[in-house]
Amino acid sequence: MNLVNETRNEVVVVYVKEERLDAHNSAELKSAVQKLFEDGTKNVLVDLKDVRFIDSSGLGALVSGFKNAISHQGNLKLSSLQSQVKSMFELTRLHRVFEIFPSAAEAIENFQQ
Amino acid sequence: MAGNTIEVDIKVPNKTRYLSLIGKIGEDIARELEKYSGDKETLAYHLNLVLTEAMVNAIKHAGPKEPEKQVRIVISIHADDLTIRVYDDGQGFDINSIPPPNFEELEDRGRGIFLIRSLMDTVYYRKNCKENILEMKKKLV
Repeated sequence: MNLVNETRNEVVVVYVKEERLDAHNSAELKSAVQKLFEDGTKNVLVDLKDVRFIDSSGLGALVSGFKNAISHQGNLKLSSLQSQVKSMFELTRLHRVFEIFPSAAEAIENFQQ
Repeated sequence: MAGNTIEVDIKVPNKTRYLSLIGKIGEDIARELEKYSGDKETLAYHLNLVLTEAMVNAIKHAGPKEPEKQVRIVISIHADDLTIRVYDDGQGFDINSIPPPNFEELEDRGRGIFLIRSLMDTVYYRKNCKENILEMKKKLV
């Protein structure tokens, strides 16, 4: 799985450089986010700009990351969801759980508040 | 929607690396439906998702008897009736015993069948003597 990490203003941005986030690759994202929190990162932003398709496993990996954030007194937010991907969050009510921002820049700004 | 008759019968190894291939076939079929009056891109996503979730389900329930098992997927469209059948030879499970997700509790798992049920009109899981069949139907209107 192609993940690119970038640290900006004490936020680790994880860019998911995949067209699909599904049962084939979501375990890798789950592990990568888990490792960030275990290594002491407090603020993680997962940017889904390139993700055109997400399934229940992909959603599950993000839920796992969100729970990891809570257990490590950290934060996990999301940015740049394509409209079809966003509709899956709405269908599963997960849009009420995650803080979702239109762009990585807006999310990073929100972490500073 | 007369003239929209399509039947696709596919077998792939029961590996998650083939999810993308199966999903894309669903998307392409949706885009080929000349007389479908709804949003084809939304339907394409939904077919991709339903096929992905159903195939993951089949992989999970496939039997351990042979290391190289296959999943069979049949997609048929007759007039405005879409039927997707996914065959696995595992232990099977009673689909009616699976509760909808508890939206108040954050579980990592348990949204796949809910998504299929949300996007299709009817969902049945039945067994015959040699395999289990997940059958999903939708009116394409």
